[in-house]
Amino acid sequence: MRILKVAVFIAALGPLSWLVWAALTGNLSANPLSDITNETGVWTLRFVCITLAITPVRRLTGWNGIIRFRRMIGLYAFFYGTLHFLTYVIVDRFAGLDFPDGIVAWSTVVNLAKSVSADIYKRPFITVGFAAWLTMVPLAITSTAGWIRRLGGRAWNRLHRLIYATGVIAVLHYWWLVKADVSRPLTYGAVVLVLLGARVLWARRKSSAHVAQAFRPAERM
Amino acid sequence: MLIKPAPDIPSSEITDKKLFLNRREFLAAAGVTAAGVLAASASPEAKGAPHGRLLMNVAHDFPKPDEKINSWEDITSYNNFYEFGVDKDDPERNAQKFKTQPWTVTIDGECNKKGAMNLEDVLKGETLQQRIYRHRCVEAWSMVIPWVGFPLANLIKRLEPTSKAKYVEFTSLADSKQMIGVREPILAWPYKEGLRMDEAMHPLTLMVVGLYDEVLPNQDGAPLRLAVPWKYGFKHIKSIVKIKFVEKQPLNTWQEQASNEYGFYANVNPTVDHPRWSQATERRIGEFFRRKTLMFNGYGDQVASLYSGMDLRKNY
Repeated sequence: MRILKVAVFIAALGPLSWLVWAALTGNLSANPLSDITNETGVWTLRFVCITLAITPVRRLTGWNGIIRFRRMIGLYAFFYGTLHFLTYVIVDRFAGLDFPDGIVAWSTVVNLAKSVSADIYKRPFITVGFAAWLTMVPLAITSTAGWIRRLGGRAWNRLHRLIYATGVIAVLHYWWLVKADVSRPLTYGAVVLVLLGARVLWARRKSSAHVAQAFRPAERM
Repeated sequence: MLIKPAPDIPSSEITDKKLFLNRREFLAAAGVTAAGVLAASASPEAKGAPHGRLLMNVAHDFPKPDEKINSWEDITSYNNFYEFGVDKDDPERNAQKFKTQPWTVTIDGECNKKGAMNLEDVLKGETLQQRIYRHRCVEAWSMVIPWVGFPLANLIKRLEPTSKAKYVEFTSLADSKQMIGVREPILAWPYKEGLRMDEAMHPLTLMVVGLYDEVLPNQDGAPLRLAVPWKYGFKHIKSIVKIKFVEKQPLNTWQEQASNEYGFYANVNPTVDHPRWSQATERRIGEFFRRKTLMFNGYGDQVASLYSGMDLRKNY
């Protein structure tokens, strides 16, 4: 199990390693900054989908051990999401600033904060993209064993259902940024829909099983 | 159209050095076979330049901007040409086998010279000239591109539009056999664009047939495309098969797709934002820091008068 965990850890660094290698060797397009933005974004969405797939896979296969990968994969989703957000802040916002007092100046920090917040406010697909990233922040913070203990399993579980929102909002972010061909966001949307739909279905069955059980004594009467 | 390996290309100043040296190497080899290449110049297989076929007798006297020109690789590997796929690198990959010869342009609508013209007729009597234009995409990136072409006005005059001709509508080829993107309903094919008559007749509006003194590569809209440098790139329609003179403002494809985002005029305007892209700045391909986008892409002196009295916020 330990070896498998290390293998997954290294594999999850693959997209980043490839991106760094491609950027350094000129294997990205003529607009490498745009490629880095797009790739980190798509990989965030993929890791969110993998995180959401763990519970359904566990249920379908009965492989309970898979749950041990969930935190790591989820944290990778946050890792790529943060890279994506930082790329946007640097490439899209910082690179477009005026530097009246030079680059290393307090005014740069202020102007960058203004530029980012104004953009998040103004452009809907940026608003939802930022919201998707925000939903992952508390999940990443409370991902430790200490936080599970502190919150208690029930509250912790409830809090971590926020990842469902992450999935939906991230798809929306992708959908709204595409110009014409929505087939890719549609594909991710379908994946998220199936993964969340499975949960709804199971929750319903469970509750109807409870109901059935509750009624059984009454039937005997 | 005269196509052969030219012995004297005064383009060393616009071509990056590596490319230029390759060209010199080629020319040394070409000396032997020049006659053979010239004989075969009408066929698409004819070679004679670092990448494709050289264009002959290109005039280089149009004023050059004091800006670094983007490389052949930038201009031919990063394209929005949805007929060949939606990713930037799709056109380069998917347009290699695209057949541009023979090529027919249908002339229609309010003019005296209706009918079919082949490419040679379109080019007949025109002096090809190099025009180094800034190219600004609506997605907020830009390049500087050494087009080769001739003023669209020259062609329009030959077609003798009538007094009813107020606009020109252009149509791209939509051949699903050759164009992989056309097989999907990504846009309402065929791609259409339009210009008001005075825009079409403006001396900056260029019918493009070449790039870097070579025949226009397929992924850049061969064999015939527009360059309207003060407008966003989507106005620069590619692989034109039809030119129609009309009385009413035509509906261009992107406006049809999303009229709240793309208008008919599509003049480069840093003060009117696209709902999803700020148009205040742009990334020049090859640069890190973003540039301030210029009104009319920096061509305001020449074209601003076309729009005097118009609300450019409404007519985006």
